[in-house]
Amino acid sequence: MIATFRDALRDGLRDALRADPRVFLMGEDVGRYGGSYAVSKGLLDEFGEARIRDTPLSEAAFVGAGIGAALNGLRPIVEIMTVNFSLLALDQIVNNAATWRHMSGGQVNVPVVIRMSTGAGRQLAAQHSHSLEVWYAHVPGLRVVAPATLEDARGMLRAALADPDPVVIFEHAQLLNVQGELPQTPSQVDIDHAAVRRPGRDVSLITYAGSLPKCLEAAQVLEADGIEAEVLDLRTLRPLDVGAITASVSRTRRALVVDEGWKTCSLAAEVMAGIVERCFYDLDAPPARVCSAEVPLPYAKHLEDAALPQVPRIVSAVKELLGHA
Amino acid sequence: MHELTMPSFGADMDDGVLVEWHVQPGRAVQRGEVVAVVETQKGAIDVEAWQPGTIARLIAEPGQRLTVGKPLALLAGDGEDWKAVAASAPNAAAVPAPPAAPAVRASPAARKRAGELGIDLAKVAAAAPGEPISIADVERAAQAVPQASAEDGMRAAIAAAMTHSKREIPHYYLGCEVEVETAHRWLAQFNEPLPISGRVLFAALALRLVALALRETPQLNGQFVDGRFKPATATHLGVVTSLRRGGLVVPTVHDADRLTLPALMAALRKSIERARSGRLRSSDLADSTVTVSNLGDLGVETVYGVIYPPQVALIGLGRVAQRPVVRDGAVVVARTMNVTLAADHRASDGLVGARFLARLRELMQHPEQP
Repeated sequence: MIATFRDALRDGLRDALRADPRVFLMGEDVGRYGGSYAVSKGLLDEFGEARIRDTPLSEAAFVGAGIGAALNGLRPIVEIMTVNFSLLALDQIVNNAATWRHMSGGQVNVPVVIRMSTGAGRQLAAQHSHSLEVWYAHVPGLRVVAPATLEDARGMLRAALADPDPVVIFEHAQLLNVQGELPQTPSQVDIDHAAVRRPGRDVSLITYAGSLPKCLEAAQVLEADGIEAEVLDLRTLRPLDVGAITASVSRTRRALVVDEGWKTCSLAAEVMAGIVERCFYDLDAPPARVCSAEVPLPYAKHLEDAALPQVPRIVSAVKELLGHA
Repeated sequence: MHELTMPSFGADMDDGVLVEWHVQPGRAVQRGEVVAVVETQKGAIDVEAWQPGTIARLIAEPGQRLTVGKPLALLAGDGEDWKAVAASAPNAAAVPAPPAAPAVRASPAARKRAGELGIDLAKVAAAAPGEPISIADVERAAQAVPQASAEDGMRAAIAAAMTHSKREIPHYYLGCEVEVETAHRWLAQFNEPLPISGRVLFAALALRLVALALRETPQLNGQFVDGRFKPATATHLGVVTSLRRGGLVVPTVHDADRLTLPALMAALRKSIERARSGRLRSSDLADSTVTVSNLGDLGVETVYGVIYPPQVALIGLGRVAQRPVVRDGAVVVARTMNVTLAADHRASDGLVGARFLARLRELMQHPEQP
């Protein structure tokens, strides 16, 4: 069936709510309003107020409540409107959710799933557009995932709920309207491995979430010039699938990491460091990055476009890597 | 504070040697005043101050060679205390920077591959000037440079041995047609109860019978060294083996006259396998006492051998084919093979060679020999 990324996310939620009575969704505007991005639209009618809970505008409070519910045996899905707002709940996530298993000597675990939107491209300006995934990917005790395909959008939630420890899911706002074929029956997806979305032998484009479609498009452009780019979708940002990265780069000998985060201290930086540590003697060119400009994301359309990784920049970065510049 | 640096007196000047100072710390200088003398390829040249000020500290010492742009002295500007300037700046330039290793710009993968291929990166050209050397450049260079390969070495060795043979050894050649019908039939029966992997090829039987025939003509089995023939104490057959990639080797079947037929077959198979895979042992090559060349499988009727020095004989086995033979006054069809002998006339005469061929022909009719 043809569906959007948004439909797939909603299917995933519905699927999870039906499968386990301990699962419930809470967050700002998830109920009556149907979710700020309309992901949870219709779920209130189907599952009722006890399981689709609107919360006050207080990220620290409702994320904390979710962690408490998880500690007490429920399986909460907490939605935060954007990663920018999640900073208000950072204390709950980093100091509580991520630490309890360790600090209790394994006595308690926190099976909470925290979903939030991320990324720019919709002219929502600097307070709603940033890609701060790496802030969470830095923290031991958390698993961080970022779906980029419809199947992952639907399936990663179930896998996250099955994880006994906290999982943060990043849903890139630019992907919500992406349409594609979604099989009727959900397939089981894992949240451990990266996935080669397009095989190639000349260069590895390593990316995730909102940048995946850009990389696939760039790969197509490059194909016309006889350059075969492999596109690796990281899928899970913590822990990184270093095996898949190493396997791809060892084969292609060239790596371009495309990450919508800012370059300095970015996830791309971590991926590149890993490449240099593990693939140094296989590299035939310095690994390169295409990231967002180091500015608060602009509101104006032309400036926002200019600040973000775009297909032409990816294409020219690859050509530079291959000495075709 | 200003730095007084080694000036350039032309684009071709890389460095100069400080000859002497005309100033000391504390001395006020005017713009254009000569403060030092440096020696260059163009001779001794005066160095002028470009700014007025006070010499604060002399960094370079007379006799020191400095590249263009390196500081010679520190100059305190107007209103600056020259003693403070002298004390403030570390005497960094006094320690010359270690010369950088001659840099070849090459990717890690290119370096690794160059190491594997034994290629000097300094001699590899990048795809474009100024670009670093890539793994593709290394591989291209590896193909361009003809390496002294194992094949070349083997060719040279064959050339040397065969030239020596043809120059030194007075060959005589004898040949005869040997009927092998009986031997083939006997072998078919011998093989029948054996598993396929254990079956014996006719070549192995022929080798065994050659080895047995040589027992009675020891003049053909041995080495001609220091002007005389030394008969061998055992019969080690060198078996000429062509390599698929070109060239040939001659692995040895040791004590071929004492091995049972299956054992000889096994030994032959092993030594040929080792030869073809390039893993011959020294004993495989060194101590054969006589050589057999079997080119019959390739359709050769008659082999005219070149003796492998210091041996004294080479036995050639031609193609086994059905040919008309006369038996009891009638022409019948039977399988035959042309056997030739190339022998060293210094060690033996034609009579010996004839005896050997006769004996071999006789043995072929009695292949069941113990």
